[in-house]
Amino acid sequence: MKFDNIIIGGGLSGLVAGIISQKAGKKTAIISAGQSALHFWSGSFEFLCEHGGRQVVESPLDKIGDLVESHPYRKIGRERLEDSLERVAPLLREAGIKASGSLSRNHFRLTPLGYLKPAWLTLDDYFTVDSPADINGKKYAIVNIKGYLDFYPRFLSHGLSKLGAECTTADIDLPVLDVLRKSTTEMRATNMSRVLDGEAIDMLAREINRVSEGADAVVMPAVLGIFSDAPVCRLRESLDRPIHFVATTPASVPGVRCQLSLRDLFIRLGGAYMPGDTVRKGKIVDGRLLRVYTDNFGDLPLEAENFVISTGSFFGHGLIATIDRIHEPVLGLDLNVEGGRTEWYDENFYASQPYMGFGVITDDCFRPSKEGKTVGNLYATGALLAGFNALKEGSGAGITLATALNAADMVTK
Amino acid sequence: MNPVNAMNLQQQNISHNNFESCIKCTICTVYCPVTAVNPDYPGPKQAGPDGERYRLKRPYFYDEALKYCLNCKRCEVACPNNVKIGDIIQSARIKYAKGKPSLRDSLLSNTDFMGKMATTMAPVVNFSLGMKPVKLIMDKVLKIDRHRTFPHYASQRFETWFRKEAAGEQGNFKKHVSYFHGCYVNYNFPELGKDLVKVLNALGYGVRLLDEERCCGVAKIANRCVNEATRDAEINIRAIRKAVERGEDVLATSSTCCFTIRDEYPHVLNLDNKDIRSHVLLATRFIFSLLDEGKAKIAFRKDYKKRIAYHVPCHMEKLGWTICSASLMKMIPGVEFINLISHCCGIAGTYGFKKEYYDYSQEIGAPLFEDILKSGCDFVACDCETCKWQIEMSTGIDVLNPISILAEAIDVEETRRLNGVAQ
Repeated sequence: MKFDNIIIGGGLSGLVAGIISQKAGKKTAIISAGQSALHFWSGSFEFLCEHGGRQVVESPLDKIGDLVESHPYRKIGRERLEDSLERVAPLLREAGIKASGSLSRNHFRLTPLGYLKPAWLTLDDYFTVDSPADINGKKYAIVNIKGYLDFYPRFLSHGLSKLGAECTTADIDLPVLDVLRKSTTEMRATNMSRVLDGEAIDMLAREINRVSEGADAVVMPAVLGIFSDAPVCRLRESLDRPIHFVATTPASVPGVRCQLSLRDLFIRLGGAYMPGDTVRKGKIVDGRLLRVYTDNFGDLPLEAENFVISTGSFFGHGLIATIDRIHEPVLGLDLNVEGGRTEWYDENFYASQPYMGFGVITDDCFRPSKEGKTVGNLYATGALLAGFNALKEGSGAGITLATALNAADMVTK
Repeated sequence: MNPVNAMNLQQQNISHNNFESCIKCTICTVYCPVTAVNPDYPGPKQAGPDGERYRLKRPYFYDEALKYCLNCKRCEVACPNNVKIGDIIQSARIKYAKGKPSLRDSLLSNTDFMGKMATTMAPVVNFSLGMKPVKLIMDKVLKIDRHRTFPHYASQRFETWFRKEAAGEQGNFKKHVSYFHGCYVNYNFPELGKDLVKVLNALGYGVRLLDEERCCGVAKIANRCVNEATRDAEINIRAIRKAVERGEDVLATSSTCCFTIRDEYPHVLNLDNKDIRSHVLLATRFIFSLLDEGKAKIAFRKDYKKRIAYHVPCHMEKLGWTICSASLMKMIPGVEFINLISHCCGIAGTYGFKKEYYDYSQEIGAPLFEDILKSGCDFVACDCETCKWQIEMSTGIDVLNPISILAEAIDVEETRRLNGVAQ
């Protein structure tokens, strides 16, 4: 089976690379082994939130020069980084995902634990402020759904109050949600979002208006709009005051919507999306990946001119750790892993963990190598890459998107 | 025990259904069509790996609500950790569910028995099954929902037709495949089998039947008639093995039959099919490979013009061969192809016939029906017969198997010439 481009991995970077490739008229396949980390999405993308132990707010791009040379941002370079990341919001918008933000200055998002953290792009309607000082003197009505256990109003109230806000909390109840209470385990954000649609939104709006009188804004868990933002729009129109959503425990409603919207755009563009299949091996000859083999296609090879590998880190099974070694399971690519098991981690849980920086080693175009030899038509993206600590830096989404755009540009030349 | 030994022990003790790998992310639940409509169903995570932990301790924890599972396997397609959630649920139903299958469930799942009886008296059976009083009696006595349209039975079985009309000339071909026709082709819709023979012959392949064929068993598994399912499966595996030993691939035109033989036999019935699994293929997957690898060529009629909406059945999505059926249809020059967004149609074989599930079945399929009605297609393409019944009944739009579409669009003479088949 022949394609122009095959993308291994159907998460955020795989889908973005796939969409751009398909738009460029390349026959593209995405092979996805199970659903992605987008299902844990907060609703915000980070570019760079922390550097040298300090929060980054103004001009995050200026910090790029201070990063270690092997850092993905350094490899891309400031100018290309800026150019390519400017393409992200319009691309998301084309898929039906509206997000705002700027690379010249981080804004702040509200975490489910009640902290403000810097962010680059955040979904419209989600809780953001330009500066923590904006919270001071505001009145927030924090509204939860009765019986919903994956959202903690007290944390939010505590965090916002410390910044000078006045908060009220209220549980609201809707008869339409009674069906979900039949099973105590099923009162989840994604299940609620299926019920909270259409006319149920009008009832929800009435209840929210009732308990939020006198507030400047309503804060609510992200339990609306799993397939589109229509329920959110309908709610906004019937509310007396603005509403800001805050992420919940997974599975994330905005994450599912983002995943499905990008997937649907890729399919609408004519791309071949292969869910639930795993690439097991590939054939590399003279520094070129010629074909890959999957569980579902068995002996039938999938061939392409270029490949993109977007399989993620340990969480996405892009890297596998066993008792004595860490490896990249699809092609056996070279990694930057050093030392034995005890050197992979720091016993202080909150320290910068060495394993977080493990990943595939690449050249400056993000082409990985195998046994020291660069694979010339293969581009790696996102969490699979070596040389950064996404958690400490708050850089995961920025790196994922920037390297996805790099790969897409390379394979559509 | 030191930590290294403990880790080794952990890594070497993963069940065949991988349930230890569940990280409780609940992604499976997001993609479960039943959870979306039925609050009594605990959802795949709870019914599968979560419940399994309890059941392994005490069977008492088995929840009868597991009967609501459709066995669509969408949870497994979605799982990021390769947990065989659907297999865990089906196996638990077989192992722990109380009580014997009802008369209705036995009747619905005994497709061979029912098919043999019905085809012998097809006109009478078809007429009766369409009659309101009969439907009402079935509804009241057997709890088979009266709204459900029954598939028609054929008056001549596919096997009978094949032996009389087609078997003789199959010897003229150098290369052969075996055909697992399944109950639907044999008893309800022999035309699909005839279409496959027409297409494969034009491509230069002779078709054989298996020495013996029983129902693949999917309905028996779903209705917990597991002894009968195992007996049939063993007969099928033996017959398929013989064909494979002759050097033939075994093709199915139903994605569910194909999936059942490949995956449910080892995972749910615990039967060893390793030596034959890779030879059991969906016909579109086989034909796609032939054309893709240049082993055969195909020519199409110039006057075939259709707007086709393709529905991917759940088990086709699980097999992962959507692209094969889709690519074949896209090859036809006059086809305008619409890829419907993958969505369960809700019938799940015998599930949607049952009175207690009928409403759920229709609610699950509703978004798909809406997409189809909006698509402006001439007809729907789909690799599964029960999806076909469901979509035809619920939308009034015809559903064709991709093989039948190929059979209609193919230029037989030209294709035969291209493949060096004597006219």
